[in-house]
Amino acid sequence: MTTAQAPAGAGLAGLDPAALRPDFAILSRTVRDGRPLVYLDSGATSQRPRQVLDAERDFLEQHNSAVHRGAHQLAEEATDAYESARARIATFVGADPDELVFVKNATEGINLVAYAMSNSSIRTGLGPESERFALGPGDEIVVTELEHHANLVPWQELCRRTGATLRWYSVTDEGRIDLDSLELSERTKVVAFAHQSNVLGSVAPVEELVARARAVGALVVLDACQSVPHLPVDLRALDVDFAVFSGHKMLGPSGVGVLYGRTELLAAMPPFLTGGSMIELVRLEGSTYAPPPQRFEAGVPMTSQAVGLGAAVDYLTAIGMQNVHAHEMELTRVALDTLREVPGVRIIGPDSLEARGGTVAFVVDGVHAHDVGQVLDDRGIAVRVGHHCAWPLHRRFGVAATVRASFHVYTTVDEVAQLADGVRAARDFFGVS
Amino acid sequence: MQLEQMYQEIILDHYRSPHGSGLKDPYDAESQQINPTCGDEIVLRVKLDDAGEKVLDVSHETLGCSISQASASVLTDLVVGQTVEESMKVLAAFQEMAQGRGKVEPDEDVLGDAVAFAGVAKYPARVKCALLGWMAFKDAVVRVQDGKVEA
Ligand SMILES: Cc1ncc(COP(=O)(O)O)c(C=O)c1O
Repeated sequence: MTTAQAPAGAGLAGLDPAALRPDFAILSRTVRDGRPLVYLDSGATSQRPRQVLDAERDFLEQHNSAVHRGAHQLAEEATDAYESARARIATFVGADPDELVFVKNATEGINLVAYAMSNSSIRTGLGPESERFALGPGDEIVVTELEHHANLVPWQELCRRTGATLRWYSVTDEGRIDLDSLELSERTKVVAFAHQSNVLGSVAPVEELVARARAVGALVVLDACQSVPHLPVDLRALDVDFAVFSGHKMLGPSGVGVLYGRTELLAAMPPFLTGGSMIELVRLEGSTYAPPPQRFEAGVPMTSQAVGLGAAVDYLTAIGMQNVHAHEMELTRVALDTLREVPGVRIIGPDSLEARGGTVAFVVDGVHAHDVGQVLDDRGIAVRVGHHCAWPLHRRFGVAATVRASFHVYTTVDEVAQLADGVRAARDFFGVS
Repeated sequence: MQLEQMYQEIILDHYRSPHGSGLKDPYDAESQQINPTCGDEIVLRVKLDDAGEKVLDVSHETLGCSISQASASVLTDLVVGQTVEESMKVLAAFQEMAQGRGKVEPDEDVLGDAVAFAGVAKYPARVKCALLGWMAFKDAVVRVQDGKVEA
């Protein structure tokens, strides 16, 4: 197997995006009549370096085979590559390999937990050990007003199926979870929240929320989709029960994500999808299930994608997540400082660098987000416009849509500075300046 | 700059002073349409004649981008005073143009000012914005007709 090459722009002195950019071929293309691409939409999906693409290609050209099946050489190599990726990703987030389940994406990971709870609630769990996941009328699931739909709708549906009640923490004007807005109770069974908001960029007070959940015996589900790709994250230290993240947001492939669950919880949790690979013993009358993580990986899983995610984690590790975070904070500082100077711009989210990540959302008075996005696109600048799958949050701020810029290791200060110029141009174009 | 192709002067004019804006009474049916990708929203009312054959009035309230607002405005100009049948022909032509990826040659005789939206067809993400008002109009007309059948 080829060993991953360390990226050139990594070092103790921090991160040099210019040195990393050659790894990302897509960044040198042009868009819309020959303008250099300025990709400020990494929060939606990030770009993949050559090292990730090479790892996927190498796997497919040299080792491709169905994992955890067959005894031929390729099957062994493929299984090793798949499990090695799991182990490296586990190290990256401070977990044991058996605590990581490969899923399609974060959305599937959250649904897996919700459906396992659903199964426990109708008593099709493994046995008495699954009772702790059972919900019924009177029980509560708690989320926050800033959640991505992926961490909201599955819980709404779980409530519908079990008769439990959904409650939520509201969000302050500054874009923080308002801890005074809700009291957990003995009936609170799940507290699910985003580590970092995909719109506001605000980072949740995990320690405090975990402490409150622990005090009432609730399970904590952390949506780490926007934190694991951008900050050093140690899931064990955060003491959460479950966490999810997606490969495509962390320089890895799409089609692979991760569900983390504490060992004893995964061991007690019934499966969601069933079929091949996840069984222990099958008879026509009924079956028993494999221990985790296999219990939750029914069917032939994604393999080159998992291997690619392993390579992405190697790439990020070589750069150092502290460096990634520091770089993104510098970009955020530039974004906030330059946007603040543009008349009519209102930042939605914290206008400071405190407990914050590299996602900046804003509205422009008199110009709809779609129209701002169109003007930016015309200049080659790719941002996200709309509600970013956080509709209740947008309603909370009284806006239908925002413009969102988000960054990653390859984003440069110069690119971020172009954003404010583009917003000025949008104001000119629509005659509001 | 391709921007001017999309945001033709006619579109910007309608955006700045939209026609038919502000919900009016009386009306026969109302339709609310939402663009789930961006959260934009239109509420549109229609008033037909007693026979249900002619469009007497259209009014709307649009919370959305320049394209969706201008499109609802142009729609008002094009369909008010027309027969329902004619208005549906305009709608079909508009929809064909909007979804044509820039490859459909719009018929100015049918579409009038709405030909200005031909540039939008090259931007698939914006097609829904252009169609939002038209979908509301179609839905509202169907509601009136259904109501009349039931009555
Ligand atoms: C905070 C957050 N949660 C969940 C998701 C869902 O991720 P995926 O679509 O990869 O399942 C996203 C992605 O947009 C996100 O930003």
